[in-house]
Amino acid sequence: MTTDLISGGTATPRVYKDYSRPLWQRILITREGAVYAALILVIIGATLSVRNFGSPITMTYLLLDVTPILLIALPMTLVIVTGEIDLSVASVVGLSSVVLGTLHQAGLPIPAAALVAIVVGAIAGAFNGFLITVVGLPSLAVTIGTLALYRGLAVGLLGTTAVTDFTEFWTDLAKSKIGGTGVPTVMILFVVLLIAFAIVLHFTPFGRGIFAIGLSSEAAKFSGVHVERTKFILFVLTGTISALAGIYYTLRFGSARGDNATGLELSVIAAVLLGGVSIFGGRGALHGVIAGVLLIGVLGSALRLANVTSDVINIITGVLLVASVVSTSVLNWVRAKRTRPGEPRKTR
Amino acid sequence: MSAVSTETTANRVGWALASFFKARETGILLALVIIVVVTTARNPNFLFSGDGFRDLLLTPSILLLVAVGQAIVIITRNVDLSVGSVLGLTAYLTGRLFIDVPGIPIIVVFLAGLVFGGFLGLINGALVAFAKVPALVITLGTLYAYRGINVLWTGSDRINASDMPKPFLALGTQSILFIPVLTIIAVVVLIAAGWYMRNQRGGRELYAIGSDPDAANLYGLNVTRRVLVAFVVCGALAGLAGVLYAARYGTVNSQAGSGFELEAVGAAVIGGVAIFGGSGTVWGAAIGAYLLFTINRALPILGVQDFWQRAVVGVLIIGAIVLDRLLALRQSRRLVEARDSE
Repeated sequence: MTTDLISGGTATPRVYKDYSRPLWQRILITREGAVYAALILVIIGATLSVRNFGSPITMTYLLLDVTPILLIALPMTLVIVTGEIDLSVASVVGLSSVVLGTLHQAGLPIPAAALVAIVVGAIAGAFNGFLITVVGLPSLAVTIGTLALYRGLAVGLLGTTAVTDFTEFWTDLAKSKIGGTGVPTVMILFVVLLIAFAIVLHFTPFGRGIFAIGLSSEAAKFSGVHVERTKFILFVLTGTISALAGIYYTLRFGSARGDNATGLELSVIAAVLLGGVSIFGGRGALHGVIAGVLLIGVLGSALRLANVTSDVINIITGVLLVASVVSTSVLNWVRAKRTRPGEPRKTR
Repeated sequence: MSAVSTETTANRVGWALASFFKARETGILLALVIIVVVTTARNPNFLFSGDGFRDLLLTPSILLLVAVGQAIVIITRNVDLSVGSVLGLTAYLTGRLFIDVPGIPIIVVFLAGLVFGGFLGLINGALVAFAKVPALVITLGTLYAYRGINVLWTGSDRINASDMPKPFLALGTQSILFIPVLTIIAVVVLIAAGWYMRNQRGGRELYAIGSDPDAANLYGLNVTRRVLVAFVVCGALAGLAGVLYAARYGTVNSQAGSGFELEAVGAAVIGGVAIFGGSGTVWGAAIGAYLLFTINRALPILGVQDFWQRAVVGVLIIGAIVLDRLLALRQSRRLVEARDSE
């Protein structure tokens, strides 16, 4: 149902492996390839034209800033590949931030409070998953509801106050770098998760099931994929990772507030779609998504350094997103025109 | 002769009553009435003071306009997430027009807001209808883009009440026969939209497209054009809401109307507009908008800290879709029974 809604009624495009082209073309000329090319061009352009962009400190802050988006983009990719969507992630970030803050204020040490916050995130995700898979409601509507609900709980618990007295050890850890390099320590966590998610999505039967659900939920069910169970697991995962991102967000800024990370869901979804994941489901790769997140992050950081109003980034994010989907659709249209009737349509 | 005609009249009244009580919107209306009654019992000023009554009608009027546009788009199985940004942009345009064109007639500003909003909606609609890209993605993109343009244009600037003429600002607070002018505008738009969606061919085609776009296409409906028009109307209504926003609040900064998209979708969903299209009415969306804002105002009076209002809104949205699901299941079971018994 939701796939239909999001697709605006057009039929889900089929993915055919196009073996008529040489291997290098098949590897390089892809949707992800375009994102990489854009990313590299922007990095080169920014290094040459923007002063200080090439310095390590810029990269450190860039990575620190995009980490929450990078983290949440991992499970979000899987959710969108199944043709569903989760708009409540930023609210889960806020909720876990508040849980961490209030428990710490009540005297709980940070690791214990963080554990509770993660459990709360998992429960929030499970509630989404329950409504979507068991009750059978469209994920878009459910997560618009829980977006308001979880944010409301977060704001309700803490009001307009903020908890800021976190142990310095942990707030420093969130900002620290690995040895003498400029790479933030939190990247270790991200890389571990990235590897885990990449293996699950691209190299396990569970992952193939995710793609199968996105292409045709019905067909997947008949070929033995546990459609509902898979989706449920993915929503729990999204809640859990969002809570994790919330803990990082709280410690990095040293402040637990109910309105932390408001609107982050849109940045995450924009980055995932920019990275070549089809909103129709059934298509996408994690490396493309990472490139998409970095592209938005690098553009933003370069523009900020160049003293362009930070909100121009919004225009660029929006235009990039629209351009990326429209270009795919125009290319498909051109290809369909060129394909003679009788031949299979080479859509991608 | 006369007996027959009275009988049919009675039948018609009975039928109308029955369909009123069966309608999905009635439940929401009832909830709204209960909230108003309970809150008024707690604190009579909620309804019976001049300000209370006015605020009750006035505050949700702007959201009502946006929610009506949103409902029309959702009925075609699309969604428009950019309405908040469109509202902000036209609100700023309104202020700018008054500053840059001294003495501009108010009606021209209203028209400018409608046309500009409609134009922004046209961009959404054209991308959705011609490029065949899902509305969710396109309008997520334009949500950013329009807001970005707004920030670029506004900067740290702000439109203040002193920048706008008094008669225009008076529109935001004035009442005619105890009913605020903004509410009258919103209700006129609502009635027009409700009539069009129920009685006109174009409106019915929007429902047909939403229930099954492919079937509508095969049937020969001009899906592209209808969807385009739905987006233009949604944009124009958000534009009108932007003008009213400027009149109501007097100050407009670059963040005016941010977050409105979710309130509007929420209002439509609470009002029984199915998120996957083809069912629901603009009336429902309008009542949903009133319910959302009335709850916000009622909670503090009922002793709930207003921090919790978003949570209540969330519960409402989820409750509404769960209810719709249950009703749909019951309906389909009944239809199956009716078919089997034949």
